[in-house]
Amino acid sequence: MTNLEKYIKAFEETFNITAEQTKGLKYQAISEWDSVGHMSLIAALEDEFDIMIDTDDIIDFSSFEKGKEILSKYDVEIK
Amino acid sequence: MMWRLSEFGENIAVVEESGQEVSYSKLSSLSEKLRGYFESRCLVFNFCSNTLGCLLGYITFINNKIVTLMVDSGLERDLLNNLIKTYQPKYLWIPKDKADLFLKYETVCEIVGYCLIRTDFTCCYSLNENLALLLTTSGSTGSFKLVRQSYKNITSNTNSIIKYLKLDSSQRSISTLPMHYTYGLSIVNTHLQVGASLVLTEKTLMQREFWKQLKDFRVTSFGGVPYTYEMLDKLRFFRMDLPYLKTMTQAGGRLSLNLHKKFAEYALKSGKNFVVMYGQTEATARMSYLPPEKSLEKAGSIGIAIPGGEFSLVGENLEPITEPETQGELVYRGENVTLGYAKCVDDLAKGDQRNGVLKTGDMAKFDEDGFYYIVGRKKRFLKIFGSRVNLDETEQLLRLEFEDVDCACCGMDDRMYIFINKQEKIDDVLKFISSKMSLHHSAFKVLHIDKIPRSESGKILYPALEGHYDKL
Repeated sequence: MTNLEKYIKAFEETFNITAEQTKGLKYQAISEWDSVGHMSLIAALEDEFDIMIDTDDIIDFSSFEKGKEILSKYDVEIK
Repeated sequence: MMWRLSEFGENIAVVEESGQEVSYSKLSSLSEKLRGYFESRCLVFNFCSNTLGCLLGYITFINNKIVTLMVDSGLERDLLNNLIKTYQPKYLWIPKDKADLFLKYETVCEIVGYCLIRTDFTCCYSLNENLALLLTTSGSTGSFKLVRQSYKNITSNTNSIIKYLKLDSSQRSISTLPMHYTYGLSIVNTHLQVGASLVLTEKTLMQREFWKQLKDFRVTSFGGVPYTYEMLDKLRFFRMDLPYLKTMTQAGGRLSLNLHKKFAEYALKSGKNFVVMYGQTEATARMSYLPPEKSLEKAGSIGIAIPGGEFSLVGENLEPITEPETQGELVYRGENVTLGYAKCVDDLAKGDQRNGVLKTGDMAKFDEDGFYYIVGRKKRFLKIFGSRVNLDETEQLLRLEFEDVDCACCGMDDRMYIFINKQEKIDDVLKFISSKMSLHHSAFKVLHIDKIPRSESGKILYPALEGHYDKL
């Protein structure tokens, strides 16, 4: 699996959505991505890529696109 | 009148997300304006959000003896329609962007982003003179048992909380809880009573804007349910620099002992107060608090009864328990014990059915110093992310939706186990229950079991299911 596939899979599984729905997805745009869902997503990404995401980045992680940028700081290139 | 807004003049009552400040005198004049649209006592549904509009509605209704039901704005449409049909409100007070749900009704006015909408119900039911406020309890399962709170209930609980938290006009709280939830409302009630201020935000702990508001607006306190504190822990809250923050309160369920200790230690070290509290909507909001100086020493305790209140324990045969470390059902007495429930519109005419005594349904014990500890639920309720969920009602919901599936619900706070006898339905059940109850699906674990264990009389044997809990 590529990093992008893994990244999408984390969204799909955390929010019970399809890959289609992840495009352009923003925090609170769906009921599943609330503060509870947010922590589950962060945990899923930390597990998948074996990283520890900083507080600042957790609260900056406001969309599917923004998340890619953030992960690049942890040497996870999502392409 | 509950709140004498104009007395606090130019004190700041509300800070909006934008940083816009609203003084008490401004709030008072907005309230006068809204009041002008009402001719007589009636029932209004207030659609809750952490905004000036919702707050304005709430204080105007309570101050002018207009009965209000605080509705979760995110409530599922069917449940909402059911609630409206059942209680036939004369008006809806609703955010402007949601008003188009009710185009068939007339919009009477629009103030600070909220619309007053007049329904076409004839409203020929009576409202008991003491009835002030209605709050939902297990709305998430569709049964809509409402708690009826009186003016005296609210005043009494508000004054007790002010006393034990030593609140004054220098306080500034930020909204972390919704106003349709009694804990969120108690923060509003107490702060307005002392001329303090409220930062009203729809942002959550998971957003940068929230933390910026907390700092920029010099917030001194916030409240949280156990899940809030779990998130704060994960966000490495203890490393944040929050010089203005003085008080953190916790209620809405049991915080793990480990986290209780962690936050208590942090607070003692950093000169802040961490106050664990206990309450129920049926007791207006609060029944007990753990004094912050005891928060570490008595970690895990719900503390002592609030000023003006009294706890006792009763055994299975209703005998009073006087020995420490003995379990019994927790009973509370105080002026904040609410009138009772409403299940239909005729119940709104009913008076006080509890006479100041509340059987909490929680099993508890006290230690030698008189500090109380909750040990479990008497009935089958769970708290999931701060909301009360009735396991039996959840089962009924599932049975209605999945007629050919046998199911059993059990579990612990923040984790409900749903056992079903049809493997292929696991995904459907998970999707249905999480959307029906508006709770994140991680709160549920749906497991397949060949046969739901039952007693000879057909009752589900829940203890037999507990062995499956660790299969995570």
